Amino acid sequence: MTLLIEESASSTQEKAHKVRGKVRLREHLMGWLFVGPFGIVFLALLIAPLGYALYLSLWQKKLIGGTSFVFLGNYVKAFTDPTFLSGVWFVVRFSLVAIPLQILIALAMALIVDAVTSLFTRFSRLMIFLPYAIPTVIGAVMWGFLYSKSFGPLTDFFGLFGAPAPDFFSKNLIFYGLINVVTWQWAGYYMIILYAALQGIDPSLYEAARMDGAGKWQIALRIKIPLIAPALLLILVFSLIGTLQFFNEPQILRYLAAGTIAPGFTPNMYAYQQAFGLANFNYGSAISFALGGVVFVCVYAFLFFTRKRRSFF
Amino acid sequence: MSMKTKRLFATAATLAAACVLAACSPDAGSQSSASATNAGNDAAGNDTTGNKASNCTNTITKKDLPVVTFWGWYPNMQLVVDNFNKQNNEVQVCWTNVGQGGDEYDKFQTAISAGTGAPDVIMIEADRIPTFQIQKALVDIKNYGFDAVKANYSDGAWKDVSIGGAVYGVPVDGGPMAMIYRKDIFDKYKITPPKTWAEYEQAAQKVKDAGGPLFGDLGANVPAVMMALQIQKGASPYTYDPAQPESIGIALNDQASKDVLDYWGSLAKKGLVGTQDQFTPEYISGVVNGKYATYISAAWAPGYLTGAGVGKGKDTGKWAVAPLPQWDSASPVQVNWGGSAFSVTSQAKNPELAAKAAYGLYADDESLKDGWTNQIIFPLNLKALNSPEFVDLKVNFFDGQQANKEVYVPAANAYTGMTYSPFGQYYFDSMTKQISAVIDGSVTGAQAADKIQEDVVNYAKEQGFTVK
Repeated sequence: MTLLIEESASSTQEKAHKVRGKVRLREHLMGWLFVGPFGIVFLALLIAPLGYALYLSLWQKKLIGGTSFVFLGNYVKAFTDPTFLSGVWFVVRFSLVAIPLQILIALAMALIVDAVTSLFTRFSRLMIFLPYAIPTVIGAVMWGFLYSKSFGPLTDFFGLFGAPAPDFFSKNLIFYGLINVVTWQWAGYYMIILYAALQGIDPSLYEAARMDGAGKWQIALRIKIPLIAPALLLILVFSLIGTLQFFNEPQILRYLAAGTIAPGFTPNMYAYQQAFGLANFNYGSAISFALGGVVFVCVYAFLFFTRKRRSFF
Repeated sequence: MSMKTKRLFATAATLAAACVLAACSPDAGSQSSASATNAGNDAAGNDTTGNKASNCTNTITKKDLPVVTFWGWYPNMQLVVDNFNKQNNEVQVCWTNVGQGGDEYDKFQTAISAGTGAPDVIMIEADRIPTFQIQKALVDIKNYGFDAVKANYSDGAWKDVSIGGAVYGVPVDGGPMAMIYRKDIFDKYKITPPKTWAEYEQAAQKVKDAGGPLFGDLGANVPAVMMALQIQKGASPYTYDPAQPESIGIALNDQASKDVLDYWGSLAKKGLVGTQDQFTPEYISGVVNGKYATYISAAWAPGYLTGAGVGKGKDTGKWAVAPLPQWDSASPVQVNWGGSAFSVTSQAKNPELAAKAAYGLYADDESLKDGWTNQIIFPLNLKALNSPEFVDLKVNFFDGQQANKEVYVPAANAYTGMTYSPFGQYYFDSMTKQISAVIDGSVTGAQAADKIQEDVVNYAKEQGFTVK
């Protein structure tokens, strides 16, 4: 009797095991099916081209003498190439000025929009965000005209004080001209991210703070900002990566100021020029990867120095 | 609804809007770039299927004939292609405009590297022919009907499209250079067209002293002009023998090259000429508003300026043209800026058929006449160039002046051809950088020439050339 029971028990267990195995297999298959479309696209459109570019970057093609394997030769060349290095130096300097500026503006606007509630704030929230919705190319063309001495308002404005208008396409001022374009475009976007983070804070914290006698400033500085630190860190990393890969705006404005904005103005532009203007796809790929390396080092260093505050990733 | 949920809704709505807006901008970008590359791919697609031309800008009516694909950017290209297709019963042309100058070369260059995607016939400026020829991207069309059309062009025109004994293009238009000037400004400051560059500077000084406008413009983005002006003074930037393509002579810092850079640098420093990039809205508006008394340019410039709105309305008839100033008026030298040819690419499935199109396009009387009457081209085809109608034309832009007879035709006839660089893009980029440095005063013209020389020689060596 007992034997029978045991037998039947073990058989049910076995059955259950089999069924579970089938279910697991099916789940497995389903899982792959769900991941499949993404996986294929991911492999075909990201990993494969990256691998191919990496492969290309290890070769060199000359007009005379054809193609030869140079291993890391292109990378050695890149990191001793004054054009590439000056491009990297430019985007690093640009990041150091543009990013803090954008984030300060975004933070200030987010705090204001969060603290003040009226119909007007909703409107201004949309307006502040609007520049991000304008395609980069159109934004750059628009600023190209605004900076123009013949078409832009600058000449008229400075004329009121009897001063000559600054030429934002000159070598001295192009840096600030571009900072302005980039800040205009991105500050609103960062503001929305920070604003969303501020909205996620439990209002009971403010109540508690107020009961403890905290004013508006103290709430902003001591409660709001520390609590949205992860969002701040996130947009810092985003903007750092984006700014180091600076391309669109200078590439467009190049049509208006080719003398000031050389083809190697930023590393990404240099890679583009090498690959598509001069047919040096190999060196162009190497520059792209070298830039990738620079971005990785910068982001890693940044995260390393901010790791104590809050962990993310 | 509590305050909080209300807010959450508002946030969610904003974020949703943000996502929609954000998604639309990068999408638009990738779509436009995708369609740009598609133009190339489709051209290749047509190529392989033979006579299926589904993506042409023009409409092909004779659908059973084989099709040749073609890239070009002349403003009257549609008419020219239609004329060819109407008159031809062997082959039909499927035309696409993939961009002007540099934009087209970038696409062609990519197609060469990819080994697919190039058209059968392509419009390129004569100075780019060596750049593509050295990559074996162009076909020698000498055996595909050259003899039949040889007499239609001058020897100088053929020289610009030939390397060694091989012919890599059919000349279409040229750019004999001259000095366009504002008659009203010249009259006002009582100056006559300068015959030499020394006189040009004196006249510029005179106008400036009298409080007049700038006399000309030194644009960093038109290195081809600087190269032509250096050649005018006796520079010969490149020397090479196509039989030995691996060895090249580069002389970009000889005395003539330095002198010309110094000359323009000093004009800019003295404030006699502007330093605005050309072909920009800024420059054109300056030209329209009489900011520049002269424009050192080529025969196609009047057409370009007219198209850009110069010399219209109250400015009608203010312009005139005079021969290019000389260094030595006793022995004048004429130079060329721009001018294009039709070449057959090595990706053409049927080069013979493609050559037929290259020889025939823009070679019929009707197209040529449309080209020169609208000043789209300065024709190199002798049928047009020698026709009294063309020579005696009273050009509206120049207030009825017989510009062809007085200036452009003699300049074209005296032009003997130039030797261009096989790495034109790099050379021009380097020039632009250094001209810009001359403009901001960080180097002298002579130093700039030395830097260009160093830069280009390094590049040539890196590309495997032996530099003589």
